[in-house]
Amino acid sequence: MTTTHTPRPSTLLVPEARPAAEPAPASVPLARALGAGLRDAMAADPKVVLLGEDVGRLGGVFRVTDGLQEEFGEARVIDSPLSESGIVGAAIGLAMRGYRPVCEIQFDGFVYPAFDQIVTQLSRLHQRSAGHLRMAVTIRIPYGGGIHAVEHHSESPEAYFAHTPGLRLLTPSTSADAYLLLRQAIACDDPVIFFEPKRRYWERGPLTAPEDPPPPMERARVARPGTDVTLIAYGPTVRTCLDAASAAAADGRSVEVVDLRSLAPLDWPTLADSVRRTGRAVVVHEAVVTAGLGAEIAARLTEECFYHLEAPVGRVGGYHAPYPAARLEQEYLPDLDRVLDAVDRAFRY
Amino acid sequence: MALSPEVLAEMYRRMLRIRLFEESAQALKTEGVIPGSIHLSIGQEAEIVGACMAVERRDYMLGNHRSHGHPIGKGAALAPLMAELLGRRTGVNQGKGGSMHLADFSVGSLGESSIVGSGIPVAAGAALAAQLRGEDRVCLCFFGDGASNEGMFHEGLNLAAIWHLPVIYLCENNGYGATTSAREVVAVTDIADRAAGYGIPGEIVDGQDVVAVHEVVTRAVERARRGEGPTLVEAKTYRYDNHAFGLHIENYRTTEEREQWLRRDPIPLLRDRLVADGVLSDDAAKTVEDEARAEVAAAVDFARTSPFPEPAEAFDHLFTVPLPARTAG
Repeated sequence: MTTTHTPRPSTLLVPEARPAAEPAPASVPLARALGAGLRDAMAADPKVVLLGEDVGRLGGVFRVTDGLQEEFGEARVIDSPLSESGIVGAAIGLAMRGYRPVCEIQFDGFVYPAFDQIVTQLSRLHQRSAGHLRMAVTIRIPYGGGIHAVEHHSESPEAYFAHTPGLRLLTPSTSADAYLLLRQAIACDDPVIFFEPKRRYWERGPLTAPEDPPPPMERARVARPGTDVTLIAYGPTVRTCLDAASAAAADGRSVEVVDLRSLAPLDWPTLADSVRRTGRAVVVHEAVVTAGLGAEIAARLTEECFYHLEAPVGRVGGYHAPYPAARLEQEYLPDLDRVLDAVDRAFRY
Repeated sequence: MALSPEVLAEMYRRMLRIRLFEESAQALKTEGVIPGSIHLSIGQEAEIVGACMAVERRDYMLGNHRSHGHPIGKGAALAPLMAELLGRRTGVNQGKGGSMHLADFSVGSLGESSIVGSGIPVAAGAALAAQLRGEDRVCLCFFGDGASNEGMFHEGLNLAAIWHLPVIYLCENNGYGATTSAREVVAVTDIADRAAGYGIPGEIVDGQDVVAVHEVVTRAVERARRGEGPTLVEAKTYRYDNHAFGLHIENYRTTEEREQWLRRDPIPLLRDRLVADGVLSDDAAKTVEDEARAEVAAAVDFARTSPFPEPAEAFDHLFTVPLPARTAG
């Protein structure tokens, strides 16, 4: 995919983070919305710098940073070596001196070499400096499967980071949220791991969210209201769940879909409110089910909504095996049938 | 370049501060008022002070797990450091970091960590910030022989080299990673040789000689300020205590080896030299010693009488703004 970057003036100010410089196109691919978010963040704040493998001259392997080095120069869009620990370590050092680095980790599985810097340094340096240091670092990670890639290029490592105090985790499912959440992540003084659903990069949607002012980044979104069961999804599985809800409607079931948007912290009030209304919940993610976010959500909803639940909270996700190569991935990824089966199970109690 | 008597006296003062601070830490640990383990710098004071005094207060510094001495070398006040060791709220980290997070940000420290080698790429980032801002600040990064085997050493030095970053990587080679001899686990005899892999200068210096360390690091700092990039300096030194105080394991080192290094204890080495050269009289040296002893005693008093943090303070500074009540927990 090639795109032509058109420089345009920005009047954006954080935290409004609304693309207002010119009429937004009716619909843009999610990857383009991310690029627009990066571009406007860089235009609004000279301390925003990009750092990563192939982000500059190439514009990123998914072309999210396309045109940015041309526009902002090599000092602000920095091509790094293959050196994930070095990229995140350097970003930490930059943040210590007032920069707002945005790192790109080329593929989900490539974050593991940087795990140490993220978990032992980035997440806790604000506290380990008694508040002196602000870790305004955003780490963008294209994640999840569905693009016919192999393991380490198709993984969903979010639970490792959700377990770590001091990190914020965001993941958009729409173009509007891709733009908005990325602007909010970059403006945030805390470290943010920003998970991008790579198989949705080419799906189109409006660049502007309907809410004005836009919701805070910790807020979950009811993507489709319903009354009988709540599907809790994020990133790439939101679309899957919306499709499942449409299919279930044909069977006379009213399915609510909640898009988490923020994986850390989780928006418990929105979740609890939905589940108290519907009485049933199924969590759907690509990541391995075992000790995944679904486990945390199921446990907490059981504690908070026990007397409202008609059935145990269900989970649909990846199997406890390394992500399989392309021919098997459609078996591995939660699809419409597996989600609808889980909904059926929730009605058997 | 001959150092002025004032600078030499200040070197002696800072080295003594470190030694006496560490000896007090030993006593307080034995008494049971310091939680956790402490890794003492006794024996390494010359390389610490020689390097720290080659940079300015505005320059950055990153420490490691054996880092009580680094902030003192850079001129930090002793009381908030001692309070941190004792886990008190008045400590540099409000009593929540402890011995291995003894960073004093007021003197340019950017942190310390017990993850060996973790500061090496971070130092590159801080130096990159200086370069992007067009400042002539440099970053001094301390790590040990063990860290030079970590992947982060390679990544950090490579980044610093390709971007010509103003960093001084100071390897404090005290011969042992915990109880394992560097001779057995480092593939080269001199860690400075590893600089060749990054196309940068590597220098070896006698870590017991504060003046020699100062001279070598000053040269590296000048290179860095001129925009010529990083230098790897290897200071050959020795820690007289165990890896961590109280381990009582000495079967990995011989008595002869320790005695040989004790004969080159950097503190009497410098004192004798200053007195012989007429820089300090015996009386003046005694005054410096008395003052340092009084400073450390005052720091201990301050620490002992300081309050502990409240349990709820464990959540302070987890995020820059408290999470909204609807999501916290």
